[in-house]
Amino acid sequence: MQLIHCPWCGPREEVEFHYGGQAGVAYPADPAVLSDEEWARYVFVRDNPKGRFEERWSHSAGCRRWFTAVRDTVTYRFER
Amino acid sequence: MSRVDGYGRIDRSRTLTFTFDGEQYAGHPGDTLASALLANGVRRVGTSVKLDRPRGITAAWSEDPTGLVQVEEPFPEPMLLATTVDLVDGLVARGLGGRGRLAEVPDTARYDRRYTHCETLVIGAGPAGLLAARTAARRGDRVVLVDDRPAAGGSLLGTERICGRSAFDFVADTVAELRADPDVRILPRTTAFGHYDDGFVLALERRTDHLAQPPRDVSRQRVWRIRAGHVVVATGAHERPIVVEDNDRPGIMLAASARDLLHRYGVLVGREIVVFTTDDAAYDAAADLERAGARVTVVDPRPGAGGSATHHARVVGTSATGSEDGAVTAVTLDDGTVLPCDALLLSGGWNPTAHLFSHVRGALRYDAELGAFRPGEPLDGGTVVGAANGTFDLAGCLAEGRGETPEPVARRTHVLWRTEGEPARQFVDLQRDSTVADIARAVASGMRSVEHVKRYTTIGTAHDQGKTSGVIASGITAELLGVPVESLGTTTFRPPYTPVAFAALAGRQRGRLYDPERTTALHAWHVEAGAVFEDVGQWKRARYYPRPGEDMEAAVLRECAAARTGVGILDGSTLGKIDVQGPDAGVLLDRIYTNMMSSLKPGRVRYGVMCGVDGMVIDDGTVLRIDDERFLVYTTTGGAAPILDHLEEWLQTEWPELRVSLTSVTEQWATFPVVGPRSRDVIGAFAPHVDVSNAAFPFMSWLDTEVDGVPVRLARISFSGELAWEVSVDGWHAAAVWRRLLDLGAPHGITPYGTETMHVLRAEKGYPIIGQDTDGTVTPQDLGTEWAVSKKKPDFVGRRSFARPANLDPLRKQLVGLLPVDPDLKLPEGSQIVELTDALPPPPVPMLGHVTSSYRSAALGRTFALALVKGGHARIGERLTVPVDGALVPVEVTGSVLFDPEGTRRDGEPSVR
Repeated sequence: MQLIHCPWCGPREEVEFHYGGQAGVAYPADPAVLSDEEWARYVFVRDNPKGRFEERWSHSAGCRRWFTAVRDTVTYRFER
Repeated sequence: MSRVDGYGRIDRSRTLTFTFDGEQYAGHPGDTLASALLANGVRRVGTSVKLDRPRGITAAWSEDPTGLVQVEEPFPEPMLLATTVDLVDGLVARGLGGRGRLAEVPDTARYDRRYTHCETLVIGAGPAGLLAARTAARRGDRVVLVDDRPAAGGSLLGTERICGRSAFDFVADTVAELRADPDVRILPRTTAFGHYDDGFVLALERRTDHLAQPPRDVSRQRVWRIRAGHVVVATGAHERPIVVEDNDRPGIMLAASARDLLHRYGVLVGREIVVFTTDDAAYDAAADLERAGARVTVVDPRPGAGGSATHHARVVGTSATGSEDGAVTAVTLDDGTVLPCDALLLSGGWNPTAHLFSHVRGALRYDAELGAFRPGEPLDGGTVVGAANGTFDLAGCLAEGRGETPEPVARRTHVLWRTEGEPARQFVDLQRDSTVADIARAVASGMRSVEHVKRYTTIGTAHDQGKTSGVIASGITAELLGVPVESLGTTTFRPPYTPVAFAALAGRQRGRLYDPERTTALHAWHVEAGAVFEDVGQWKRARYYPRPGEDMEAAVLRECAAARTGVGILDGSTLGKIDVQGPDAGVLLDRIYTNMMSSLKPGRVRYGVMCGVDGMVIDDGTVLRIDDERFLVYTTTGGAAPILDHLEEWLQTEWPELRVSLTSVTEQWATFPVVGPRSRDVIGAFAPHVDVSNAAFPFMSWLDTEVDGVPVRLARISFSGELAWEVSVDGWHAAAVWRRLLDLGAPHGITPYGTETMHVLRAEKGYPIIGQDTDGTVTPQDLGTEWAVSKKKPDFVGRRSFARPANLDPLRKQLVGLLPVDPDLKLPEGSQIVELTDALPPPPVPMLGHVTSSYRSAALGRTFALALVKGGHARIGERLTVPVDGALVPVEVTGSVLFDPEGTRRDGEPSVR
């Protein structure tokens, strides 16, 4: 049971959090102008790196705020 | 009797009576079942699982691979180790042949859990652990010290001296100092069984089993969930046997265990003892046992080891000639000598108990000098000290406990996994009856990894998880493969360190406390009314209200008829409700719903659909506009929490500039749909000051009013196609308002109905249930709700996906109605649908879809179903086949709206408008 550092609440147990996948994937400014492939890339395709990964997390059983955290997918360690 | 005077920490002033295998025996407080059995000369405890060979006690504590018993009294429990069962008066147990039997009576004991936090957790109260705890406490840390034995001291047996004093005095002083510190918690009889990330440790405290009269208010076992800044693993070491032919007989045990039994319990395991060792520590055992009255012969193959009496040879076999209980009577040496004996003690060195270090991915490295795996690179947030770290001398343990680096001490261990002999009778894992021959077979079958050998031979998979056999199995495998042990490694240690009862893990979360139950404000009324409940998520919802003699089908037909011809009432309080407030509330909802919400006027209601970015429906429901900056969003019951999360996610991560706040008000509002052609009469009587005519109070409008000073919200919303009002009130007044509605409805035969009737009524109208008629691959177009998809809005979540080729495929599965040709046949939900046929073609049969909802309809006078069917909208009017229990049932495809497709009943039956 890892501890995850919520920027609002401090270190809390991982069961309080909800994982939100890759961070920094913005909703396209105008989806209508995207090709089907570009849109499908936004909807379905995410990076899956071995190592450092910027992720979105939500402290869903706590303050309910979303935040971005950097985690190593090999060691599970979060950068602080 | 093999009890000797002057030894042991048992209370000889009191006698306990216990029964084993039907015979009565006596023991003392402080005994374990194992020590009491050995004290009574009972050496054969059970038989082995596969070969039915007699087995006894082979180690003194939880590392024992053999001494499993079934306890019958005080509470039946299978497969406990006799070495760890506290002796209590009246204990009844019997030996096992490898398999136990679960209790058939309910366990009335309590189990619970506690959380605690500390800067330093020390696991093990031996010399290293005690000093580590004292050092941390003196530093000002909050300290938790757990130890699996009844008393601190670890391997110390009282013969040692520390700082010029008896070791026991040192232990007592240290424990007293720790006890006096309010920031130190000492947990004896507590086994740390799992070590996880970031200093998280689970430990099992055995609280009452050793008590003659357990207090009723104390839980039997407690799981401690400990979060520590720093974890000190001071768990000692396990002695390693040497594998010899017929090494499994009763009377054969580890040398240190014999010494432990002497000093803890005053039990002398034999009078004529042979010690076979390749390590110096066994000489301490030999000396103590001799001092206690045994004749001891040491066999040690190391040249120059021991004194003049030592045989420089190897034990290569044992016999049990003339023994009634199968216990050892003699050993044979490789030089041909036969030594008569009643006990054989084995010592091939020591294995650091590094399990808790390995649980958190700590790497072990092989130490050729020790013949053992010891902790390698240290981990952040933890240290391993003392014997667990491979430091076996007392001075070194004390130094590591203090946080110092000890002086290196040379070991003279000679690594010897086994001696020559018949491999099929050289037991590696005594509990599994696995031998050297089994390892040889695994290697001959091509296995090269110890993990594969483990699974092939089952070595290390019993209750003890290979505490004494695992490293030997690696060693023998390496020998057979002709590779160094370090290249093989050892199998992975995983939690739990010792077996943990499911009851302890469950704690208080059993029965009704297993999962939270949510009930509406009317729950007591539903119970009194005889409702049959169904679980909807965590909610208990009234499913139907059977009258005497009615089954579900009869009750639901009656309830449906009441709602369609008179008036019915439902407790719909579980619907999710989200209060959306702020200047940009309308903008947010326009981006979330497929249809326009910002154009909704205060006082009006609109139905809406929500999709994910992939264009698939995730929820639906009605929206009430309260004022310019406030909406009340209704979600499905199951969508209450996920949809709030969905809105929050978009608001926080994509549109933080929107000035909107979201609050769940699901629990604050109780909501009762009053449904049917006579509902106007009931609402009119309930709120006589409100004009309930269609002109004044049209469909999809709402207003707030008061009834007897109670604020009430009335909304004309229909989930049945009938004239209907939803009455909403705060939970506090819910029961009174519900009873008032029932009283006022009585002249019209108002009928409470449950979720089953609600489902039938909505299905007759083709209203889908998200999650039942949809499965995350269904678009609004598939459901036939294009009318709720805005053509005007430039964008909303999911809109772009509607234009993807896959979403435009005419063969997508679409929601349709199905009428079985036999009007009395109800299709099972989930049934597959195939082309119309008299005989199924050979598999694979092309599947067209499946039945999502299926009911018997009072209004239609027949059965009907909803289904997702490939290209279903274009198939309306066709016939298809549904295989049901081997029969091929013909069905007709219809539109999804089967009852009142023109919507004539929404404003009431023409005759009663």
